[in-house]
Amino acid sequence: MSESSATALPPGRPSRQPAVHPENLSLDSSCFSSPPVNFLQELPSYRSIARRRTTVHSRDKQSGTLLKPTDSYSSQLEDRIAENLSGQSLRNYALNISEKRRLRDIQETQMKYLSEWDQWKRYSSKSWKRFLEKAREMTTHLELWREDIRSIEGKFGTGIQSYFSFLRFLVLLNLVIFLIIFMLVLLPVLLTKYKLTNSSFVLIPFKETDIQCTVYPVSSSGLIYFYSYIIDLLSGTGFLEETSLFYGHYTIDGVKFQNFTYDLPLAYLLSTVTYLALSLLWIVKRSVEGFKINLIRSEEHFQSYCNKIFAGWDFCITNRGMADLKHSSLRYELRADLEEERIRQKIAERTSEETIRIYSLRLFLNCIVLAVLGACFYAIYVATVFSQEHMKKEIDKMVFGENLLILYLPSIVITLANFITPMIFTKIIRYEDYSPGFEIRLTILRCVFMRLATICVLVFTLGSKITSCDDDTCDLCGYNQKLYPCWETQVGQEMYKLMIFDFIIILAVTLFVDFPRKLLVTYCSSWKLIQCWGQQEFAIPDNVLGIVYGQTICWIGAFFSPLLPAIATLKFIIIFYVKEWSLLYTCRPSPRPFRASNSNFFFLLVLLIGLCLAIIPLTISISRIPSSKACGPFTNFNTTWEVIPMTVSTFPSSLQSFIHGVTSEAFAVPFFMIICLIMFYFIALAGAHKRVVIQLREQLSLESRDKRYLIQKLTEAQRDTRN
Amino acid sequence: MGGSGSRLSKELLAEYQDLTFLTKQEILLSVYVVLAPHLVDNEQQARSGNEHGRPIAENTDSSPLSTRAHRRFCELLPQEQRSVESSLQAQVPFEQILSLPELKANPFKERICRVFSTSPARDSLSFEDFLDLLSVFSDTATPDIKSHYAFRIFDFDDDGTLNREDLSRLVNCLTGEGEDTRLSASEMKQLIDNILEESDIDRDGTINLSEFQHVISRSPDFASSFKIVL
Repeated sequence: MSESSATALPPGRPSRQPAVHPENLSLDSSCFSSPPVNFLQELPSYRSIARRRTTVHSRDKQSGTLLKPTDSYSSQLEDRIAENLSGQSLRNYALNISEKRRLRDIQETQMKYLSEWDQWKRYSSKSWKRFLEKAREMTTHLELWREDIRSIEGKFGTGIQSYFSFLRFLVLLNLVIFLIIFMLVLLPVLLTKYKLTNSSFVLIPFKETDIQCTVYPVSSSGLIYFYSYIIDLLSGTGFLEETSLFYGHYTIDGVKFQNFTYDLPLAYLLSTVTYLALSLLWIVKRSVEGFKINLIRSEEHFQSYCNKIFAGWDFCITNRGMADLKHSSLRYELRADLEEERIRQKIAERTSEETIRIYSLRLFLNCIVLAVLGACFYAIYVATVFSQEHMKKEIDKMVFGENLLILYLPSIVITLANFITPMIFTKIIRYEDYSPGFEIRLTILRCVFMRLATICVLVFTLGSKITSCDDDTCDLCGYNQKLYPCWETQVGQEMYKLMIFDFIIILAVTLFVDFPRKLLVTYCSSWKLIQCWGQQEFAIPDNVLGIVYGQTICWIGAFFSPLLPAIATLKFIIIFYVKEWSLLYTCRPSPRPFRASNSNFFFLLVLLIGLCLAIIPLTISISRIPSSKACGPFTNFNTTWEVIPMTVSTFPSSLQSFIHGVTSEAFAVPFFMIICLIMFYFIALAGAHKRVVIQLREQLSLESRDKRYLIQKLTEAQRDTRN
Repeated sequence: MGGSGSRLSKELLAEYQDLTFLTKQEILLSVYVVLAPHLVDNEQQARSGNEHGRPIAENTDSSPLSTRAHRRFCELLPQEQRSVESSLQAQVPFEQILSLPELKANPFKERICRVFSTSPARDSLSFEDFLDLLSVFSDTATPDIKSHYAFRIFDFDDDGTLNREDLSRLVNCLTGEGEDTRLSASEMKQLIDNILEESDIDRDGTINLSEFQHVISRSPDFASSFKIVL
């Protein structure tokens, strides 16, 4: 591409530039013809775009294009560098290697003129950067499953890869939670067990409370059938109940070290609070760093067209088949978006009569949705009550299968409900006449709520059973001690059963549904029905809901069963391999794409909803329901939460009064008001910024029109002088 | 890979590490592929007396990375240019670059080659151009660099701005190559109007580099999609 000189308008245009005629320029903003390119190349704004970090304006030498770094361009660059010796790395310049080499030589000659101190500073910053890079390289090798996830990304795209990254995140989260619990709770218990330290055990109180509260019947039977071991393993009763798996095992009150006594009940409670807080912080941090949201922007959705077009193609794709699939999925997505825009325009043009009709229909259908939810919750409630009642009867006398059915009845009902309701919701939402994108999002939200609320219903049913009694026996201990002498352990057992059943279902579905389906499709593809059905698609939302459900169970259950996070870690590791295997061998990629950016935010949002729903039952059981007096570390306290006030009362009095002051109303109300004021300030600031941005954009477009007008006038004037 | 590492001098390796975003392993990989066919050719010639030693993927190395990186750059070179010094300067014509597995399925492969080429006729790539290419597409490159080169790749007519013609060619690249895969004219117009609405700040009908970089900075997918993994 030839360069044009600065002075004269070149009579012969450079070959690659578009043919531009000045008469095409008009002041009418609707006619977007391109302005004369050769002039614009010489403008300082064009030059400075290429090197954004320098503040020096270029001298008007020979014009070079933005694209090809010609000699003049790089000599300008050298001048800039000479005047502005930035310490930044050469890599950040958008030049090719030979030019970067030249720049580096210039920099090094420049360095000779620097003082000793500056030279040493530069040298040390360079070596520090190299050291950081090496460290970063090392840590990437430690990343779990890096190769697997990379190969999945190459074969199936970033949407599915984000699911597996999410699974890896959950494995790490559970491992860290287990480590916290281990350090705070299990380690002192182990030290005591192996007689490394002395410890005092929990006193069984017989003064204040009735001795009936402390009765804990240990199930013992004369003849133990073999299958009862299996039942115990699957339901956490029998021999498992006594182990450190459940809350009831922890009867240590304080572990005596040399200088101080380690308060185990306090540590137990604090470990719960810690792991919940840690989960919250980690999830929030991860969602912020993976997802840049700019609240000052005025766009409604972040899945803008520009994102789809400019960042649409996955450059990692190496497979021809995947590339074709990506083409078709991009086509589908673009057409769907354009369709949605047309529908939205149509919706905006609805008459008021139609609007009223649609809204009343939506109200009716939402009532149906609520009714369906209510029916499911009631079914779970009934199943839980039935299961709890029959568990108390002579369970050893039942037949093997019936035994397991009774024990697992709540889990079975929950799974069935989670299987049926998405189908009902998909049918219902078609009548509600939303735009397609919104339909998908609303259905997913309803399914999420359904799935996570079922666990809460289960826990609340248990809670109500624990605190309700037929006659006045609850007043003795605060809970139903006849049926639930050690209620935390029994809640822990329910959570344990849910987790095991969830794991079994995932394995069973993969083995007994996905693989036969794949075999059928491969070998019996002549049947029309099989062809229609086709191979399994990897449905990301369902799979994500499944693992979020498992994680919510783990969060709720970790208080009642401290080893549950370890079981969850193992479960997720096995699920990773099973799902990866299933993906590679039985699934075909879905033609409906699930964007990676959208995915990360969606997964973490659902996980956050799960965390919030997990905190509610935990708070209630810790602070409201009296802790069981027959087992566990909190028998000396009324409720589990009482440990904290009792600990605070052992602090020095100044600290005590400080804490009392901070938690009193006199502090809380002004604090709340100040927080509100700060929030209003930031909202006002954001609004002001938005207005400034709009003004600046208008100003920019006016400037651009001025520029084009002036160039047109200049071109005309030059043409006149030439003629 | 030890043998090839000693052939590329430590200073050259450190220089490449300074000037690009590639790690030592990735540079060695590209270089190894530069030299491996040389080694394999010698072995093959010794074994079978073949002159045109075409290296076979499975026999060169057992490590998965280099078998994946096989048939890269220097296999594409003719026999006489396979020593270290001349291989660094040799130019490989585009047809052979376009046959690399990483680029084969990419609809932008011609544009990528054209943008990174520094030869006067812009029809071939040297090894350093190839390293530049890998560096820009690596994990650790800054978003600034990536968006700069993305702009150049999407600018089909090389005029420094993305006008409607560029955008429609871009969309056609994305949706597929056949005639029946293109969007209809009205859909294309609606789409390009939307894109310009979102990104053209100064309302001149074209997207220049700073507008492009501004849009990319708000795009959450860009960093993860604009990379090539060796």
